[in-house]
Amino acid sequence: MALLEVRDLSVVFQRKGEAPFHAVDGVSFDVEPGQTVGLVGESGCGKSVTSLAIMGLLPKRGAKVTGSVTYDGTDLLKLSDKQMRDKRGSELGMVFQDPLSSLNPVVPIGLQVTEVLERHRGLARKEAMIEAKDLLDKVGIPDPNRRLKEYPHQLSGGMRQRALIAIALACRPKLLIADEPTTALDVTIQAQILSLMKELVQDLGTALVMITHDLGVVAGLCDEVNVLYGGKVVEKAMRHRLFAEPRHPYTHGLLASIPRLDAPRGEKLTPIKGSVADNIPWTSACAFAPRCPNALDVCRSVTPAEEDQLGRLLRCHNPVVPGTPAAEEVPV
Amino acid sequence: MALGVSKKEKIDGLAETAGVSLAASAWKRLKRSPVFLIGATIIGIFVVLSILSPWLAPQDPSVPMLIDQVVKARNEIPPPQPGHLLGGDLQGRDFFSRLLVGSQQTLIVGVGATIIGLTGGLILGTLAGALGGWVDSVVMRIVDVMLSLPSLLLAFSIAAMFARPSQFTVILAVSIVQIPVFARLLRGSMLAQRHSDHVLAATALGVKKGAIVFRHMLPNSLSPVIVQSTLVLATAIIEAAALSFLGLGNPDDRLPEWGQMLGDVQNVFDTHPHLAAWPAICIIIVALGFTLMGETLREALDPKNRR
Amino acid sequence: MLRYTIRRLVQLVGVVLVLSMLLFAWLRLLPGGPVSALLGERATPESREALTKQLGLDQPIFVQYFKFLGRAATGDFGVSTGVQPGDSALEIFLQRFPATIELSFFAILIAIAVGVPLGYLAAKRRGGWFDNLSVIGSLIGVAVPVFFLAYLLKDVASSALGLPSQGRQDAIDATRVTGFFTLDGLITGEIDATLNALEHLILPAIALATIPFAVIFRITRAAVLDVLDEDFVRTAESKGLTAPVIRRRHVLRNAMLPVVTTIGLQTGALLSGAVLTEKVFSFAGVGQALAIGFERRDYPVLLLLIIMATIVYVVVNLLVDLSYALIDPRIRTR
Repeated sequence: MALLEVRDLSVVFQRKGEAPFHAVDGVSFDVEPGQTVGLVGESGCGKSVTSLAIMGLLPKRGAKVTGSVTYDGTDLLKLSDKQMRDKRGSELGMVFQDPLSSLNPVVPIGLQVTEVLERHRGLARKEAMIEAKDLLDKVGIPDPNRRLKEYPHQLSGGMRQRALIAIALACRPKLLIADEPTTALDVTIQAQILSLMKELVQDLGTALVMITHDLGVVAGLCDEVNVLYGGKVVEKAMRHRLFAEPRHPYTHGLLASIPRLDAPRGEKLTPIKGSVADNIPWTSACAFAPRCPNALDVCRSVTPAEEDQLGRLLRCHNPVVPGTPAAEEVPV
Repeated sequence: MALGVSKKEKIDGLAETAGVSLAASAWKRLKRSPVFLIGATIIGIFVVLSILSPWLAPQDPSVPMLIDQVVKARNEIPPPQPGHLLGGDLQGRDFFSRLLVGSQQTLIVGVGATIIGLTGGLILGTLAGALGGWVDSVVMRIVDVMLSLPSLLLAFSIAAMFARPSQFTVILAVSIVQIPVFARLLRGSMLAQRHSDHVLAATALGVKKGAIVFRHMLPNSLSPVIVQSTLVLATAIIEAAALSFLGLGNPDDRLPEWGQMLGDVQNVFDTHPHLAAWPAICIIIVALGFTLMGETLREALDPKNRR
Repeated sequence: MLRYTIRRLVQLVGVVLVLSMLLFAWLRLLPGGPVSALLGERATPESREALTKQLGLDQPIFVQYFKFLGRAATGDFGVSTGVQPGDSALEIFLQRFPATIELSFFAILIAIAVGVPLGYLAAKRRGGWFDNLSVIGSLIGVAVPVFFLAYLLKDVASSALGLPSQGRQDAIDATRVTGFFTLDGLITGEIDATLNALEHLILPAIALATIPFAVIFRITRAAVLDVLDEDFVRTAESKGLTAPVIRRRHVLRNAMLPVVTTIGLQTGALLSGAVLTEKVFSFAGVGQALAIGFERRDYPVLLLLIIMATIVYVVVNLLVDLSYALIDPRIRTR
C-alpha cells in the first residue's frame, strides 16, 4: 500500500453571496515511501490548495474538502483537529514558498526549531537546542550556535529556507510537502536548496511531494509527475516518459515554453496563449480549450474523461501526436 | 507575475475583477454592506430632520411658555402634557421642540468643525506635501506642537481662550485640533505620491507642477481624507458636548444644540434624568451613524481589501 | 537608540517652550485677564492699576515671559486664583498628580485587560455574531460622551453595586506617604485604606476606560486579523503546535506591536477624559483641577497643568517608542 493515497480530492471555496469556486476538482495520486512526486501547473491550478488540504491547513469555514487522503492507512480528512495536530510536524512536514514571511519575525530561529521538537518528541528546551544545532548543521547553515539566537531578518534568503527545511524535517517525517520551495530564491541558491532537499530525502527515506510551476525542478527531482490544470490532473506519467513524450497539449505547451540554451540562435519561444483567467469550468467542456491549439468542437462541449494509456493518465480529446514540434510560433 | 501565489491571494483573491476603479469597486461593496446602509440611513434622517425641524417643531423652542409650571424650590419642571410630548425643560420651554430643533445646530457644529479642520489641514498638508523642503519642515513643526497636546485637552484650552464663548468659538475649538490630523494625513499621502510612477510620468511629460498637485496628487490623496472627515463629524459633536459640560460652550441657548442641552443639565442628572438622556441618545445615534459610515468607507476604500 | 532618545527630549523641550510662550501670551492678552479674575468685574480702576503694577503686568509681554521663566525655574508658577485660591500652582499639581496617575493606571489596565482578549476573540471569529456584536459595541463606546457615561455609572451603578461615587477615599484615618492612596495603605499596613481607595477608583476608572478600551479592542482585532493571515502562522500550524502556543508565541507576540503604540497614544485620551471623569466623581486629581480651572479661568493653574499634561503625554509616548524597539527584534538588532 502506498504511504499517501489521495483519492478524488475536491476543494470548493464558498463565500457568502458569491458563486462557489472549485479550486481542486477530483484529484487522485499516490506517493510511495521514499518516492518524489511532482504536482505541476500554473498559479491557480489548485496545486497549493491540494497540499494545504492534505495538511489540513485550509480554513475551516469557507473551504469544503471532499474525497479522501489516506496516510499510512488512516484518512486524514476524518481526523479530529487534535489528532491532525499530532500528525503535522511529526509525520507530515511542510516547506513553504517564501522563507521570510514563513518564519516568525519576532521569535529567534532557535525557538522556531526547538518548539516542534518540544511538541512532538517531548524534549526539554536544552536538549532540543542541542538537537536544533545539529539540524542547522545538517541543512548546511554555518555557525549554527550563533544562528540559533538570531532572528529571521538577520539571515539570508537561502539560509532562511534551509532553516525552514530543518524545521520541517526536525521530527523525521515520513512525508514532506514542499510548496514552491525555491521560487522566492535567487537562481544560484535554488540549485543548492534543491540538491539539499534531494540529499536529505534520500538519507532519511522521506517521501516528497514537490509542488512547482518550474519543470526544471521536476526534471531534477521527481519520479512521477502530475500536471494540473483548473483543479484537475490533466496528465500523469513517470518523469522520463512525460518529458520525452508529452501528450496533453498543456504539458506540451509548458515544455515548449522553457527557453533552451541549446536552441539555435534566433529561435522564437513558444508561450501558451492566454492566462488562467481565461479558464472555463470543467462542467461541460475542457477547461483548457480556450487556450488550446489542438481544441476541437468536442472540447468545448464535452468534459474529457481520464484515460489510462499504459501507465500514463491523460485527460484530453485530442492529444498531441508524439514527435510534434511546438504547435505555433508566437513572437515574444 | 510569478506563477506561484501566496495563500492570501489564493484564498482571498480567487475572483479578482481586473480593471475596476477603486471608487467604483468601493461603491459596489458599500451598497451591499448593511452596516454602511444603517449608518447612511441614520445620517440621512438626521440631515432631513435638521433642515425641516423649524417647520416640524410643534412649539417655539426658545419661548418659556410653561414657565409657570417650573417650581425652582421643589425642583419641579413641566411634565408631559397635550401639545408638549416630553414636557418642558428647566426654563419651561417645550423639550420635544428643543430636541427637534437641536438637530440643526448639532449638524452646524459638526459640519462647521469638519469644514474648518479640513480646509486648514488641506492647506497645510498640501503645502508641506507638494513643496517639501523648508515649507514642509515649518508646517510639520507646527503640526508636531499641536499634536504634542492631547487633542481634547487642546480643544478645551482653545475654547477657554475666548472671553465670550459662542457657537462659533465652540466650532473653532473642536475644528482647530483636527487641522494637524488632516495635515499629516494629506502630507503623508502626497509625499508617497511624489515619488510614485504616475507623478514621475506626468513630470517627465512636462506637466506643470500646479497641475500635477491639483490634478494628480490631491485627488489620489482624498480617500483617507474623506474617511477622516466622516469620523470628525462624529467627534466634533461629542466634543462640543464636553465643552458645554465644562462651561466652555455656547451660553446662548435660545437655539439649542444637543451637546449644549446635555452639558447644561449636569446639575439635575439625578432628579430629571430624561433631560440628559434624550440629547445623549440623539448624540450617540448620530455619532454612531457617522462612525459606521466612516469605518465602512475606510474598509471599502482600502486597496488592501479590494476584491 | 540613545541619539534618538536625546533628539526626542530636545524636541520636547522645544515644544514645551513654544507651548508655554503661547499659553503665556494668551493668558496675558486676554480681555480682563488675571486682574479681573482676581478682583472681579466690579473692581475700582485704582485697585486694578495697583494690582497690575504689583503683578508686573504693565511691562512688555516678553519681559513678563522671561520673568515668568525665571520664576518657573525656581518652581514658582504663580498662585491659584480659582481652584484652591491662594495655594501655589505647583503645590496643587504635586498634590493632585498621584490621584490622576492612579486613576489613569487603573483605567488603562481595565482597557487592556478587556480590550486585548476581546479583540483577539473577535478576530478569531471574524464575521461571526460575537465579532459583529463587539465591533458595534466598541463603536457605541466611542459615540457615548464620556461624562454622560460617568453620570450613568455614578447615579445608577453606584447605588446598584453599593460603590462610592464621590472623591478618592472616605474620611477615614489614613496615613499619607506617597500620595497614591492605594499604595499608602500597603506601605503602612492599613489595608482598609487601600481597599477603600480601590472602591472609589472602580467607577471612575471604568468611565475613563471606555474610549481607550474601544480603541485597544479595535487595534487588537485588526492586528490579529493581519497576523492570522501571515505565512508564519500557517508554518506554525504545519508544525502541529498546540493552539495556546500558536496564540501566544506566534499570533499575539506579533499582534501586540501595534497595540503597544496605541496604548501610548491613549494617554492623551486618558488625560482629556480625566478632566471630565474627575469632575463628575469629584475626584481630586489634576483633571478636576483643570475642569475647575477652565470654569473659573484660573490661569496660573491652567498654564502649569496643561504644560505638565503635555510633558507627560510626550514622555509616555517616547517611553512607548523605546519599549517598542525593545520588543521588536527587527528594530533592536538593526
